[in-house]
Amino acid sequence: MVGFNIKEIVEELKNYDGEEVRIMEVCGTHTAAISENGIPSILSDKIKLISGPGCPVCVTVTAVIDKLIELSMRRDTIVLTFGDLIRVKGTSKSLAEAKGEGAHVKMVYSPMETVKLAKEDPDHTYVFAAIGFETTTPVYAMVLEEAIKNNLDNLKLLTSLKTMPEVIRFVVKNGGGVDGFIAPGHVATITGSNVYKELSEELGIPFVVAGFEGAQLLLTIYSLVKMKGKGGFKNLYKSAVTENGNTRAKEIIEKFFEPADAAWRGMGKIKGSGLVLKEEYRKFDAGSAMLDEDNMPPGCRCADVLVGKIKPCDCPMFGKKCTPDTAHGACMVSTEGSCYNYFISGRQ
Amino acid sequence: MKVTMAHGSGGESTSKLIKDVFAKYFNNEILNKLEDSAVVGGCSRLAITTDSFVVTPIEFPGGNIGRLAVCGTVNDLLMSGSKPMYITCGFILEEGLDLDVLERQVASLAECAKEAGVTIVTGDTKVIENKGAEPGLIINTSGVGFISEDAQPIGPSCLEDNDVIILSGNLGDHHAAILAKRMGIENNIKSDAAPLSEAVNNLMEQKIRVHAMRDVTRGGLGTVLNEFAESSLCDIELYEEKLPVSSEVKDFCGLLGLDPIYMGNEGKFVLSVHPDDAEQALSIIRSSKYGENAAVIGDVKKINRATDMHKVVLNTAIGGKRVIGLMYGEGLPRIC
Repeated sequence: MVGFNIKEIVEELKNYDGEEVRIMEVCGTHTAAISENGIPSILSDKIKLISGPGCPVCVTVTAVIDKLIELSMRRDTIVLTFGDLIRVKGTSKSLAEAKGEGAHVKMVYSPMETVKLAKEDPDHTYVFAAIGFETTTPVYAMVLEEAIKNNLDNLKLLTSLKTMPEVIRFVVKNGGGVDGFIAPGHVATITGSNVYKELSEELGIPFVVAGFEGAQLLLTIYSLVKMKGKGGFKNLYKSAVTENGNTRAKEIIEKFFEPADAAWRGMGKIKGSGLVLKEEYRKFDAGSAMLDEDNMPPGCRCADVLVGKIKPCDCPMFGKKCTPDTAHGACMVSTEGSCYNYFISGRQ
Repeated sequence: MKVTMAHGSGGESTSKLIKDVFAKYFNNEILNKLEDSAVVGGCSRLAITTDSFVVTPIEFPGGNIGRLAVCGTVNDLLMSGSKPMYITCGFILEEGLDLDVLERQVASLAECAKEAGVTIVTGDTKVIENKGAEPGLIINTSGVGFISEDAQPIGPSCLEDNDVIILSGNLGDHHAAILAKRMGIENNIKSDAAPLSEAVNNLMEQKIRVHAMRDVTRGGLGTVLNEFAESSLCDIELYEEKLPVSSEVKDFCGLLGLDPIYMGNEGKFVLSVHPDDAEQALSIIRSSKYGENAAVIGDVKKINRATDMHKVVLNTAIGGKRVIGLMYGEGLPRIC
């Protein structure tokens, strides 16, 4: 970043008085990094940051949680999950609440632990709650490779896997208007930056691939303000993101998974926006097909938050009925969720 | 050799366990009497605390449950401005626990008590059935500290306008070390479990005007400072660039989406001191055994009793402001 003077950029962004610019970040880690760096407090009122559908927990429909609860109540089955998902409500309860009623739910830090547990305990079936974007999917593929290598038939995945490009098209068409996208840095390390270059050309909206440091995010926002109305593409995260991405990760995804339609919380089914296990590997599937039902709690406006129609604090339940301790919607549960981040950092 | 139910029966096996393991390390005049209760000298103002330790894994880089059981209780006594004097310890052992593992915990506990200047005056052992896969142990310690007659009140509600906030060292080491061990991640992060006696006793002896002190354990710095702000009806401003965090912990947190501000330590404390005493306080802490990275991290603003909104605000390195709220949930790693 030669010639990049952070103080000058901060001043320009503070004093910007041009047309309103609406910038969306489509990555939960960016949402968290923006809050952590106090970026909203720097920007002029004319620059609006909107959190998009990039937190995997937030976009998971209730049917997936309900199915995981059903599996965890079986005598011979243990459901393994990441921490965030455990507190998200399904139609009537969360996995954490089910656990309190005797369901077999265990939180793990890495999907690879599933292999170890399944190997050590052949009398139980271990189901991993495989949610996530392109970033997490290669790890699930590696779990399956290990399961095959070890002849494990008591290891399964309940998949709810999403991919980025289609949902961005959906948000542009159905959301509250976006003038520029902060493209997801982690996802782009896998897919490559070209995906976003092509999207910027197709949609006529500027995209900038960004990392997670505060200064780089400021430069990204500054670039998008300058690019408003002109389209264009930049990759400011070249240290991690190449044009074509991570070939090995893409190969292993393609070996086990194929594109499919996917249901997104509050947005319905979006064509070609997900991944499912290929036919030859379906024996590892714990029943992921047709999990489309989306029974969001009454009054929850997660759907409008996720496409940028409203800000989290515009939801009538925000900070009142819905706090991180009494979360109604998934966006308030996950540490990458937009509502959670607005709440804990006092964003308006 | 493993722990069996007989070790908790009160019979011959119990006596042998006490003799071979506990008495070998816990050796002092008061304890050696093996009475039903310890009779000790006292003073007119006492600080009393108790804490139970259930950490998994019981041994981790930089420490173990034995060391932790002393640090937790001694540091709690120190934070009220008292001089820790006596501790008690109760062991609850799970059947099947390796006696060598137990002996290592007992040895660490004794060594740490010696370093902290406290006497282990009484103890107890019970054995319970093993319900988990790996047999473990639980330790409870209670402690008594003496408070000098002329000591000024110290507590979260005693902060004053323009007080300086000092942190005694790097954030997040203990939490990161435990998580890394649980997750099987290899790195150089070590727990900071340590008794803070030297630094705190010196601050008290030098009559530094400490208004509030708290060890930065579960919930982290963010939670402690929110309690200060809430109880003293003030705002606290922090400066991100001044917060001491090691590069290893910073990278580890970045990887897992954790925030060092909310991570637990077992050998760090934060204090609010009179601005005129800040420099001397910093130098006392820095010259103590575990205080070399101590830093001034912020200050107290606007004591305002008219409003109920009292905030901790972090001035970020890039010039932004971020409200540091209470920690919610369990500080779990995020998924991508």
